[in-house]
Amino acid sequence: MTTATLTLTTRDLRAWLPKYGVYLAIVLLVLYNIFFTPYFLTWSNLRIQLIQVAPVVIVALGMALVIGTEGIDLSVGSVMALAAALIPLYLGYGVAAAVLVSLLAGVAVGLINGVLVARVGLQPIVATLALFVGGRGLAVVISGGQLKDVRNPDLIRLGSGDLLGIPILVWVAAVLVLVVAFVVRRTVFGRRLLAIGGNRRATELAGLPVKRVLITVYVICSVLASIAGLLSVARIQSSDASAVGLLIELSAITAVVVGGTPLTGGRVRVLGTVAGALLMQLVIATMIKHNLPPSTTEIAQAVIILVAVYVARERKAR
Amino acid sequence: MPLLEVSDVSKTFPGVRALDQVSFTLNPGEVHALVGENGAGKSTLIKVITGVYQPDDGELRYQGEPARFGTPMDAQHAGISTIYQEVNLIPLMSVSHNLFLGREPRNRLGLLDEGRMHREARAILAGYGVTADIRLPLGTLALGAQQMVALARAVMIDAKVVIMDEPTSSLEPREVETLFGVIRELHARGIGIVYVSHRLDELYRICDAVTILRDGRVVHTGRLADLERIRLVALMLGREMSEIRREGATAFSSEKAVDTGAAPILRASGLTSRRKLHDITFDVRPGEVVGLGGLLGAGRSETIKAIGGAYPLDDGDVQVDGVDLKRPTTVQAVRNGIAVQPEDRKAEGIVAGLSVRENIALAVLPKVSRLGLVSDARIDAIVERYMTRLRIKASSPDQLVGDLSGGNQQKVLLARLLATGPKVLLLDEPTRGIDVGAKAEVQSLIDELAAEGIGVVLVSSDAEELIEGADRVVVLRDGVVVGTLTGASVTTEDLMATIAAAAPPEEAE
Repeated sequence: MTTATLTLTTRDLRAWLPKYGVYLAIVLLVLYNIFFTPYFLTWSNLRIQLIQVAPVVIVALGMALVIGTEGIDLSVGSVMALAAALIPLYLGYGVAAAVLVSLLAGVAVGLINGVLVARVGLQPIVATLALFVGGRGLAVVISGGQLKDVRNPDLIRLGSGDLLGIPILVWVAAVLVLVVAFVVRRTVFGRRLLAIGGNRRATELAGLPVKRVLITVYVICSVLASIAGLLSVARIQSSDASAVGLLIELSAITAVVVGGTPLTGGRVRVLGTVAGALLMQLVIATMIKHNLPPSTTEIAQAVIILVAVYVARERKAR
Repeated sequence: MPLLEVSDVSKTFPGVRALDQVSFTLNPGEVHALVGENGAGKSTLIKVITGVYQPDDGELRYQGEPARFGTPMDAQHAGISTIYQEVNLIPLMSVSHNLFLGREPRNRLGLLDEGRMHREARAILAGYGVTADIRLPLGTLALGAQQMVALARAVMIDAKVVIMDEPTSSLEPREVETLFGVIRELHARGIGIVYVSHRLDELYRICDAVTILRDGRVVHTGRLADLERIRLVALMLGREMSEIRREGATAFSSEKAVDTGAAPILRASGLTSRRKLHDITFDVRPGEVVGLGGLLGAGRSETIKAIGGAYPLDDGDVQVDGVDLKRPTTVQAVRNGIAVQPEDRKAEGIVAGLSVRENIALAVLPKVSRLGLVSDARIDAIVERYMTRLRIKASSPDQLVGDLSGGNQQKVLLARLLATGPKVLLLDEPTRGIDVGAKAEVQSLIDELAAEGIGVVLVSSDAEELIEGADRVVVLRDGVVVGTLTGASVTTEDLMATIAAAAPPEEAE
């Protein structure tokens, strides 16, 4: 009797942990900080944390969709750099023009990635590696290799302004989270995306436009990355193509994985992804507050990733 | 003394008894055909012999000694080599490196003696009819030539037993002749050969003995020359001739009313795909069930997939209900009313990680949505209708399809197809791997659907199912239509006779 109850509990835990473990970790970390970190529970601190995490959340949303199709997109950081590099060039025509151009850059990169994956048939990691390397190079060339200050008041307001006491950046991220969650749950596109990740061959045979869906997914991912790039420029009030979005693909993949989305596709956890990004942000913040060197932070991140993947590992067929 | 003796070997996998007290004897210098339909246990037997699997029960004797091969490597060292359909060498390495892999000749300094290796490789491969530059990467050679390299390698490592799994499936006729020349030579050298193939003409040309497996059991073993072709086919397809006459073993009704004057709902003409399909033409009328008969590898599955746009065609034309689709894509095929149930349910049919509900609605999402937004109410209506009609047993529509039994998975797949409102239903082994009850249900469903005016194409390795289910049977062999059984000649005997008939001379080019 006791043994039976015990095994049941272990099994329940196995099913529960990958889904909700990330929330549990956040709660534990927040509790720790409330008691041991001075000034943690202040509005200004929470505000900084949210502003810092917003770009990662936005990029991770797109990444989650791509991973849901059993793909991966390494080029997101380069897309951010491209968007950042293009903004100062077109800001003369107004904020709207600059935003539009940087979003179009995202569409272009997404189309290239999508076509390489869906039509040419390259593996996603290879297809997106091309623009991971080349995209940033191009961005540096466009920007002339210089850091450019951005002084447009509209853009600066986007990066530093508030709406109802909450930073606009955070509002943008929150709205995008809701939109992506809605797309995954309620739209034909969302369902098709999950079916492709679950069994691409079967989805093709069922007569679904698999290639079109895949291309769209990569375009969405790139556009989200270009939004993140745009917001980063607005926040730091300068454009540095060689630094914007550096290594963000790793943070995004980490957020997705820690959030419980399996790398094998077929499932997307949007809220989990947000939680994953928040958790990683909290870990970093906690370490910094306690004066631990960045190297320790990196090791802690690595441990969290390993734990997340271990907990979520696919159990072999019995 | 037999070279290799397998006695009373059994092997069970969860839910399947793959081998049931199988015995098999291979003598030196014998070419022994191993035949059977899919799932008969051929691959399992080969894997037991080559050390991939350990038998649960029974004994292996090799050259008179009891043998137990823990790994494929052990078997290879003992002299048992296998040549698979797919060449398992290293495509990016040169031909001669592949040939000598692991046993490269060395010079006095212990370094690779490339010159000698190339010289020897050239000489050896010339004997196999491979004249390509042996310094080129193996992958640049034609598949047939690659197979010859694999064979040469197998023989070089002093093999005493060579197992060939469908060696001719990717060969040109000329290469087949070379292969047979090599086999005769091996035969003369006293090497035992296990030859797996479904091409009867080849078997009768090259093999001395035959062992027929069915459902994990040996149903016949003996000299091949003593076994009539039709008997061989009957034994493979699994029914004793007397047993076949027993009527009504399937759930198909015997009464059918097909309007023979009606215009065809499906017309496939001249379907041609390199090496696999040659000018396949047939019609299906509304309400008619047309069976595709033939052995494994005859091109039945390829035909079905090609009509559904999932198999590349070089030439041919598909018409549905008077609409000429030429060579449709999968999207066009589904949109025009073609529904394909693929043979491999898990790999190509269901999406195991999604729910019953999502699986059924998958192909009709646009129909149940407005402006790209899915309507749950409309999905529920469809799911409810088909779960009831097909009697799908699931704890709820939200249960994952991967957790259902094979029969229920198959019904979910059929429900998805039916939800698209197909005009033509192409079924590839619709009752394979599902329990008896579900099998009968699926069979009567096929009847019902035909009665509603859908044109059905049925592929089944179960001769009884094919004969009783189909109004007409188109028989394929090696990708060619070799006959059509209609009316009173839709019988198992006629089916087997058509399959077994020797290939006409112009085909053996």
